[in-house]
Amino acid sequence: MTDTVKSRIKNIIAEQAMLEPDQVSDEATPEELGIDSLGLVESIFALEEEFDITIPFNANEPEKSDFDISNMGTIIAAVERLVAEKAA
Amino acid sequence: MSAEKTGKKKAEPTKSAMPFNPLTRDGQRRVVITGAGTINALGHDVASTLEAFREGRCGITRLDFRDVDRLSIQIGAQIHDWQPESYFNRQQILLYDKFTQFTLLAAKQAVAQAGLNFQGKLGLRAGVVLGTAGGGLNTWDDNYRAVYEEGKNRVHPFVVPKLMNNAAASHVSMEFGLRGPSFTVATACASSNHAMGLAFQMIRSGGAQVMLTGGSEAMLCFGGVKAWEGLRVMSRDACRPFSANRNGMVQGEGAGVFVFEDYEAARSRGADILAEVVGFAMSSDAQDIVMPSAQGAERAIRGALQDGGLNPEQIGYINAHGTGTAANDKTECAAVAHAFGHHADRLMMSSTKSMHGHLIGGTGAVELLACIMALRDGVIAPTIGYQEADPECALDVVPNEAREAQVDAVLSNAFAFGGLNAVIALQRV
Repeated sequence: MTDTVKSRIKNIIAEQAMLEPDQVSDEATPEELGIDSLGLVESIFALEEEFDITIPFNANEPEKSDFDISNMGTIIAAVERLVAEKAA
Repeated sequence: MSAEKTGKKKAEPTKSAMPFNPLTRDGQRRVVITGAGTINALGHDVASTLEAFREGRCGITRLDFRDVDRLSIQIGAQIHDWQPESYFNRQQILLYDKFTQFTLLAAKQAVAQAGLNFQGKLGLRAGVVLGTAGGGLNTWDDNYRAVYEEGKNRVHPFVVPKLMNNAAASHVSMEFGLRGPSFTVATACASSNHAMGLAFQMIRSGGAQVMLTGGSEAMLCFGGVKAWEGLRVMSRDACRPFSANRNGMVQGEGAGVFVFEDYEAARSRGADILAEVVGFAMSSDAQDIVMPSAQGAERAIRGALQDGGLNPEQIGYINAHGTGTAANDKTECAAVAHAFGHHADRLMMSSTKSMHGHLIGGTGAVELLACIMALRDGVIAPTIGYQEADPECALDVVPNEAREAQVDAVLSNAFAFGGLNAVIALQRV
């Protein structure tokens, strides 16, 4: 299941970054993928829609959000956690 | 023309000749403000709003309207005690969206203060330019709900005349018989400043003698706030412009309307002049639909100074755009620092959005009241909610408490989504 979630997340981010999913590494930061602040807000919306979850994210203070956007790995972990919480 | 009339003219200028005397600054007419009106979360008129500015009172409260529980943003500078039936009859209420109601109330106050009567020739040389971003948004919201959610197949016949963005301007023109140039400007958060700047230019160039101008917004309804939530730039707790711990903007609602008038005409009728409008400039970032540019803002600031024949050192106060978002506040401070150089450390700049919220298309109009207060009363409205210094906003933002200071010239900044900037310069008369 986790792999599926992970690949769905990568598909969404890849689409936003106009890349192939396999070009989106776990270490890549949104910036490195060419995703600007508006692109990030758009990606978060797409993730919320895909998994029917609510992601706590305020663009004014991204570092204070529970949702860690440092890189793809942290984003994937955070989404997986929210998806698991929803299922529980 | 009869000899008798000509003779009379020489002795003392007749009323009809007065407006055509081009007594001007650099060959252009001078423009002054002779009336002001407002309704916003701080008060239902200018006096109560200025009182709130002096006290540093916050108009931001818990939102109260249908389906508010489905919003993640629960606060706003809402006008809670609004009772349109106190001001309008049943037929008018059916025809006026809230943004029009707010506008008409503010316009009546402004015209009453100016003491003008637009019957006769003056009405032909008078118009109205207003700003709004959402127009009749409550009307859209209510009627979409009726047809989509409630499945109704019929709407009230006044839906279109009620929701159109020019409804407020049109009703103002009808209320007072303003038969000159009238229209509505929509430049998001800069709408009011663009509107007032255009009104200023119209009088300065001789295209009109009197203009009612300003703007209004009534976006605090489920759809209006839900749309803003999407951008994730809204604060859930407070508007803290320039404070290091700021976390976003807070919406407000209301209107501000002013009477702009040809200086010579105002002086000759002995009007009480609130301030002179001396400069205006617009610029476009041409860069990003939401992220502001310091260069674009700086060009508008410099442009307004140049247009008004002002040296940077003459500016004592700036009413900031100051939305309380991470991006706007640091960009605006950088623009002011560049435009003013060393003088940036001496001038005061506050954001009154911390008190009345962000009225989007109406915000510049309510903020112009703080500029007039600074010039006339020598009181600088504070930036409330200020808690932590931000090195990227290292200007005197008049934190938390109003300050007494004599200033001779001021600016009002507005920098809109879409990168459209409009800055107005006022001077004491």
